[in-house]
Amino acid sequence: MNDSSNSKKPDHLAASSSRLRAWEKNTLEPTLAKSPERQKEFTTISSYPIGRLYTQADLANWDSTRDLGFPGEPPYTRGIHATMHRGRLWTMRQFAGFGSAEDTNQRFRYLLSHGQTGLSTAFDLPTLMGYDSDHALSEGEVGKCGVAISSLADMEVLFDQIPLAGVTTSMTINSPAAVIWAMYLAVAEKQGADWKKISGTLQNDILKEYIAQKEYIYPPEPSMRLVIDTFEFGMKHTPKFNVISISGYHIREAGSTAIQELAFTLRDGMEYVEWAIRRGLPVDEFAPQLSFFFNAQNDFFEEIAKYRAARRIWYKAMTDRYKSVNPRSWALRFHTQTAGCSLTAQQPMNNVVRTAIQALAGVLGGTQSLHTNSLDEAWALPTEFAATIALRTQQIIAHETGVTNTVDPLGGSYFVEALTNEVENGAWDYVRRIDAMGGMVRAIEKSYPQREIAEASYRYQMAVDKKEKVIVGVNDFVTPEKPLEVLQIDEAVAHRQAERLRKLRSERSTADVERRLTALRKASKGSENLMPYIFDAVKAYATLGEICEAMRTVFGPYEEVAIT
Amino acid sequence: MLEKKIRVLIAKPGLDGHDRGAKVIARALRDAGMEVIYTGLRQTPEMIASAAAQEDVDVIGLSILSGAHNTLCPQLMKLLHEKGMDDLTVLVGGIIPEADIPALKRSGIAEIFLPGTSTQDIIDFIHKRQAQPR
Repeated sequence: MNDSSNSKKPDHLAASSSRLRAWEKNTLEPTLAKSPERQKEFTTISSYPIGRLYTQADLANWDSTRDLGFPGEPPYTRGIHATMHRGRLWTMRQFAGFGSAEDTNQRFRYLLSHGQTGLSTAFDLPTLMGYDSDHALSEGEVGKCGVAISSLADMEVLFDQIPLAGVTTSMTINSPAAVIWAMYLAVAEKQGADWKKISGTLQNDILKEYIAQKEYIYPPEPSMRLVIDTFEFGMKHTPKFNVISISGYHIREAGSTAIQELAFTLRDGMEYVEWAIRRGLPVDEFAPQLSFFFNAQNDFFEEIAKYRAARRIWYKAMTDRYKSVNPRSWALRFHTQTAGCSLTAQQPMNNVVRTAIQALAGVLGGTQSLHTNSLDEAWALPTEFAATIALRTQQIIAHETGVTNTVDPLGGSYFVEALTNEVENGAWDYVRRIDAMGGMVRAIEKSYPQREIAEASYRYQMAVDKKEKVIVGVNDFVTPEKPLEVLQIDEAVAHRQAERLRKLRSERSTADVERRLTALRKASKGSENLMPYIFDAVKAYATLGEICEAMRTVFGPYEEVAIT
Repeated sequence: MLEKKIRVLIAKPGLDGHDRGAKVIARALRDAGMEVIYTGLRQTPEMIASAAAQEDVDVIGLSILSGAHNTLCPQLMKLLHEKGMDDLTVLVGGIIPEADIPALKRSGIAEIFLPGTSTQDIIDFIHKRQAQPR
C-alpha cells in the first residue's frame, strides 16, 4: 500500500546509503568479527523479524506527507486529534465486575472516587451466554468472571447512585448485547437522562466471538442482523453512544500475532460496514459510532506500529472502499487493554512492570481509553488492592513520565515508521485473502482465522517451551515463592440471584411478559429491527434468559467445528 | 511389539470459550505420540464422563479458566466413580487459586497445572503416571 512508483533515488537518499555502507564496512564488520550478536535472529513476540538498524534507507518509498501527515488529519498515523493527550488525557477505564450487582456497584463507586474517569462492566459467563443465574448451565459460574445480570432489576442495582448522564459506560457484552443495552437505556430513562446525550460503548462484536472468544449464541447471519439493528437504533436515538467496539483484544489473547490481530479486527470492521450498507444505512450516519479495541502486548514497538497502522488502514478503507465523505467516519478511535495472557502466575508482582510497559505502548500509540490489568489476574479476579495499583499505573504514566507532553513522540523514527509500514502491509495481505473468500463471515465458516490463530499460538508456546522466548519468572529467573491473597467469590451470590429471580417472576405481570416475548418471537421471524421489541420486553422485566431464548427458538443455536 | 498409545480426552467444561490452552495441549500431546480427542466447548460433566467411557481413554485433561472448577471437578469425579472409572487419570489446567488445590486433589484430580507450565512437563507427567502400576 505504500509502494511508490518513482524508482530514481533522490540525492540525499543515495548519499545516506553510501554512508550506511561505509559504516557497515568500517565499524560494524570489525565489531561483529570481535563479538558476534547474542542471537542469530531477532524477532518480535509475534516472531516478526527485526533488523539491526533502521535508517533512511528503510523509508525509501515512504512519503511523510502521504504516510505520516499531521495529527487530527488523514491518514491519522500521528493520532486522531490535533493536540492528542495535551488536550485531553485518555479515559482511564478499568474493567470491573464480580459477584452480584450490589458488589459491582460498590466497586464502581470505589473506582470513581479514586479518580477513574469512565466505567467498564464485566459480566459473568451466564450473562455473556444469555442464561439467567438460575439456569442449570449457570451452576458454579454465577458472579465468577463478572457481574451477574439477569434482568432490568439487576441493572437498576448495578447503576444505583451513579448518574448515567454524567459518566460514560462501556459494556463488554456480545451475543446478548442488544438486550443488555436495552436494560441500560431503560435505567437511563428511569433516571431521567437524555438518550441523545448519554455516551458509552457496547462491545457488541460478534465476529470476534466466532473467531476467538467463542461466546456466541446464534449462527452468524441472525447475529449480524442483531448487530446492524443496534447500529440503526443507535444512529437514530443515541448519537453519542459507540454501538460497537470492534475488538482485536480477544483475537490476540487467543494467541494471534500482532499482524493477525490488526488484520482480522479491521476486516471485521469492514464486514460490519458492508452489512450495514446492505441494510440501506448511509455510511456516514452510522460509521462515526464505530469504535475499536486493541490489545497491548509486551513487544513495545510492534504494538505502537500496530496502533498507528490501524488508523491508516481504517482511513483508507472508509474513503477508498466505502466512499465515506465525513471525516468523523475516517478516524479510528480505540480502547486499549494490557495483555491478560502476558500476566504470569509466578512472581506476580512482576506483572505490575509488564502492565506499565504495555500501557505506555497504548499511550504512545494514541489510545483514547485504557484498561490496565491487575497483578493478580493469572490467579483470579483482582482484589481492591491490586485494582488500585493498576489504576495508579495509568495515573503515573499520565502525570509523571512526561510522555503526554508532545503528540506522537515516536513519529519519524526510522524504526517505528518502517515497522508501521510493514505491519500495515501484512494486514492488507490478510484483508485481501479474506476478501477473496467472500468476506469475514465466509472466512469464519471456513475456520480460516481460527486456524491461523491456532497455528500462531502453538508456535509461540513451542518457542516458550524451548526457551527461545524468555518469560521472566516462568522459564528463566525462577525462584520459590509464597502464595498470593486472591479474591474469592462464593456460591452465596448464586443463591441470592436465584432468590431475586424467583421474587421477580412472582411480582411482575406474567401475561404482559408473555405478550411481549410473543411479539419479539414473531418479529424475529421477519426482518424488522428487533431493538424496540427487546426494549419492550426488558421494561416488563422479562429476563435476559427469556429474551435470548425467545430469539433462539427462531434463530437456532450455533455449534462450531472444533479444530485442534 | 508396538506399544499401545496413551489415549487422552481434552475437555472444556462450563460456559467459558477461552480454548487457547485446550487446543495447544491437545496438539502438543498429539505431537508427543498420544491419541487425543478434543470434545469442543461447553461440555457438561455428564457429557465428559460419557465421552471418556465411549472413547476408552486413559487420561482426561480439563481446561478451566472461569473459576467454576470447585463445582465442575467434583461433579465429574463423582460421575467417573459411579461408572467405575476410578483408574482414569484426571488433570486440570487453567486459572486455579492455590487455596483450591488441596480440595481438588482430595476429590481425585491427579495434578493441577497452572499458567506457565510447559507442555513438556505435562507430557512427562502423563508418561510417568501411565507407567506406574495401579
